[in-house]
Order: sequence, then structure tokens, then C-alpha cells
Amino acid sequence: MSLRLDAESAAILSKGTDIKVTRILGRSFIYGCLIIPAAVFLAPLVSMIFTSLKSMDEIRSGNILSFPKAITFEAWKHVWHSACIGVTCGGLKGYFGNSFLIVIPATLLSVGFGALNGYIFANWRFRGDNILFGLVLFGCFIPLQIVLIPMAGLLGQLKLAGTIPGLVLVHVVYGICFTTMFFRNYFVTVPAEIFKAARIDGAGFWAVFFRILLPISWPIVMVSIIWQFTGVWNDFLFGVSFAAGSSQPVTVALNNLVNTSTGTKAYNEDMAAAMIAALPTIIIYVAAGRYFLRGLMAGAVKG
Amino acid sequence: MPAIVLSPSLAVITVCVYGFIAYTALLSFTGSKMFANFTFVGWRQYGRLFENPRWITAIENMAIFGCLYIIGATCLGLFIAILIDQRIRFEGVFRAVFLYPMALSFVVTGVIWQWLLNPGLGLEHMMRELGWDSFSFQWLIEPDRAIYTIVIAGVWQVTGFVMALLLAGLRGVDTEILRAARIDGAPIHKVYTRIIIPALRPAFLTVFVIEAHLAIKSYDLVVALTKGGPGVSTELPSTFMYSMTFTRNELAVGAASATVMLVTLASIIIPYLYSELRNEPAT
Repeated sequence: MSLRLDAESAAILSKGTDIKVTRILGRSFIYGCLIIPAAVFLAPLVSMIFTSLKSMDEIRSGNILSFPKAITFEAWKHVWHSACIGVTCGGLKGYFGNSFLIVIPATLLSVGFGALNGYIFANWRFRGDNILFGLVLFGCFIPLQIVLIPMAGLLGQLKLAGTIPGLVLVHVVYGICFTTMFFRNYFVTVPAEIFKAARIDGAGFWAVFFRILLPISWPIVMVSIIWQFTGVWNDFLFGVSFAAGSSQPVTVALNNLVNTSTGTKAYNEDMAAAMIAALPTIIIYVAAGRYFLRGLMAGAVKG
Repeated sequence: MPAIVLSPSLAVITVCVYGFIAYTALLSFTGSKMFANFTFVGWRQYGRLFENPRWITAIENMAIFGCLYIIGATCLGLFIAILIDQRIRFEGVFRAVFLYPMALSFVVTGVIWQWLLNPGLGLEHMMRELGWDSFSFQWLIEPDRAIYTIVIAGVWQVTGFVMALLLAGLRGVDTEILRAARIDGAPIHKVYTRIIIPALRPAFLTVFVIEAHLAIKSYDLVVALTKGGPGVSTELPSTFMYSMTFTRNELAVGAASATVMLVTLASIIIPYLYSELRNEPAT
């Protein structure tokens, strides 16, 4: 709850002038101020969809925001099945599959570990726990460039260089810091009495976690899953540094497709490819964005 | 039991975060070229780094990009958050519209904006078709303007997230104080500048830390939007580090640049984390 231009405050503002007029003017002003930036924010998506459904001839004659006259899915079909990326011409579908093969285990593992770590940091006291948690937190914020060189060496030694399991490992390692932070900050808000009562009743380490905390922690589970899924799916730096050829994620393939095409650039295909790479995360945001916001507010604004 | 469960994660973080930081820092004091070797050369690589005009360009660009990105996204995000907080209809729809860019990969964002800002077919073409014949927008191919296209795309992407964090902060402001201020007859803009925005300080701090972090490590956006060009005009420390390390066989210089990035970021993050953890009541 906070300040809003409702009837009450409008009345104070207007101080005797016609309340209704002031209110209507105020409201129109607010909606005007919101609709213009909203249109600007939406325009790139609209342009991307429209352009992906046009033929190249129509792209040259129309403009970036004109509705496609003759809708065609040719560009989508081509980038999915047969566009050339590097030396192979199998389209994006394989890389799209790679991203799923990477994102699913990476998300599940890092959320699982994060939940356990968060539970320990929030509910179990031991020497140096705060310093340790601080060290984990710092891991969220390091520029990843600092770990690229030794990580390349480690993956090589583990014989995981250029493979999907290698990328999963990298994402789990650097995802754990974030998920630990989310779960710890959420579990700290759970009243300590619940935890103490359960201990007195004889519940052990695992019983408290599985029977008491986990059932009430679905909001933060959602946040962690959404955060990790989008983070891993959208990753480019690790993908371009550690994946090779046919094991690359879709973001790297998209970049190669867009930036190496020779001759006339096929913008409809670029936009279709961008849409394909963006769809999974957009769907997740539309479907679960509400939970994400709610949980993030609890986890990120408060330390 | 807690120690046993925690130890694998801590071991991994010790090696892959702190061990790797130590390794990269150590490497920056060696003469490594294509492969790592441990012949120490003191601060020489840092000297070479700061004599390299490309690195200087990268730092200047970082300053321009970082400042405009942080200021732009914070102001716009605050403005939108205040508007959305006015008990409006379709709040969910507006929120979704401002938030969706955050769901996109920076690569996707780069590709989209490359299209929108395309000198021949994009915004310029649209404006001319609408009748503004002299309209010209060629920033993407002008060396001294290209960095601003990265600011535009970056702000577009992150503003929704800033808005969400500040909206959360706004909703947490104590309504009692607000009611008291309104009864005292304080005009609405004063309520915002004197009470609400100061009360949002922790949220602003979080926003700033996240933005600074995103700005310093931003790599994908530049690669996808301008490839660092025209020339090296949109080079950032992150793209510099990558090309030194992986394409130019200057491992030690790459390591030195990464170390400089880490030190810069750490000087922002560590005081923040310290104050966050210290202010928290013991549980």
C-alpha cells in the first residue's frame, strides 16, 4: 500500500476546485504517461513478430511496424529446419534441443542444492556461518570473465570441454550462489517457533526440511526455477566459451546465424530465429511472472 | 548433518569461485601467451593493458555506457513504478509489458535492435515513409554514436526489472506516515520527494548494485548488436577480455583485464554485502 491519487488525495490537492474534473484529468494524465512508454516497450516485440511473417520483398517495401499483408511462415520453417549455422545446414532445431538438455538438469540441480544450502544457512547456527554466507553471496556478483580461463582448463581436464554435461556443470556451479541466496532469504522469514517446535517434537534434519519447510516454500521454488531457467537459457558467454559445434546452445547458434549470413541479409529469418530463441522464456514469464515478482520482492529487496 | 550437506556446495564454490579468482589473478602476473605458463613478470601485463588504446576505449565506453545505463534505467523505472502504483486498471498487463524484455536473452535483444536501428530499413525508413523525409538515424554505423545504441537496447531490457524492484519498495512504504503527511496538507510531489523516495533507499541500493553488475559484465549485447564495431568503437572490458584471451593468444593480458574488472566490481559489491549482512537482525 502506498500513495495513490485516489479520491481522498485528489480532494486535498484540489482544495475546493471541482474534485471530479481534477480526478478525471489526473487519471487521464496517468494513463497517458503509461500508455506511451508501454507502446514503446511493446514495439520491438510487435516488429519482430510482424517481420518474421513477411517475405523479403514486403520487408523492403513496407516498414518495421506495418502489419504483414501476406502472412508466410516460410522464414520460421527455414530457420527451424534448414538454415546454415557454421558448416552444417540443419536449422536451429538441434541447438534448441541442446538448450533444453542443458537447462533442465542445470535448473533442477542448482535449485535442489540451493534449497538445502539455504535451509542450513537460515536454520542452523555454526561458527562463521555469516562469513560463509557472505562468501557465497559474493559468488553471485563476480564478473564471469574472471573464471573463464581456469574453467576452460578444468573442463578440459575433466574431458567435458565442448560437451553438454560440461555446460550443465558450469551453470550449476554459478547458479548455486543465487539459489542459496533466494532460499536462505526466504527461510529466514519463516517464524523460528515452527522450527523449534518441530525440533522438540523430535523431527530430525531431513524431517524438518521435507515435512515442514518444503511444503511452504513453493513461492521461492518458483522464483528459483524461473530465475535459473531464464538465466541458463539466455546464457551466451559460457555457451560461446565452452561449447563446440553441435553442442552449442540456441543463443550461440542464433548469433552465428545472424552474424555470419553472407549476401543479402534475410531479416525475416533473423527475426524468426530470434523469436524461436526467445519463446520458452517469454512463455515462462507470461505464465508464471506473477509468482516471480512476488517472490523476488521478498528475496531481493530485503537483504 | 548440516556440515555434510553443505560441504559439496562449499567445496565447489571454494574451487570454482575463489580458487579460480586466485588462478586468474596469478596468471595476470605471468608471461602467458597462448598457454598458461608460470614465469612471473611482475606488473608488466597491467602496464601493457593500460598502454593498449583498445583497453582505454573499452574503459571510456564502460564509463559512458555504465552511467547512462544506470541513470536511464533507474529514472525510467522509478517513473513507471510510481505511475503503476497509482491504483490503475490493468496493472498486470502494464507490468507484463514492461517486464517481458527481461525474459529475453541479450543476444535476442541485440538482434531485435540491430533490426530496428538498421540504417536503411529500420526506424529511419519508417519515419521517412511517414513523411519526415529528412529523418536520419545512423547511430549503429557511426563510430562515435554506436555506444549509445547499446545504451538504448540495454535500458529497454532492464527497465522493467528496475520497475519491479522499486514497485516492491513503494508498496512497502509505511502508509501511516503518508496519511499523516496528506492530512497535514503536504502536496503530492513533496510527499514523493521528501518521504517516499528517501524511504526507498534500500531498494535503490539493490537496483544500483544489480545494474552495475550487469553493466560491467555485459558482453552478449555488444556482440549481438554491434560486434564491438564499427572498428573498436563499442569495445567494452568484457569483449576486450574475451578477444585477448581466446582469439589473440594474450592469456596474461586477458587475465589482467578480468582482474581489473573484478576489483572494480568488488569495490562496489563488498560494501553493499557488508551493510546488508550487518543490518540484518540475528535469527
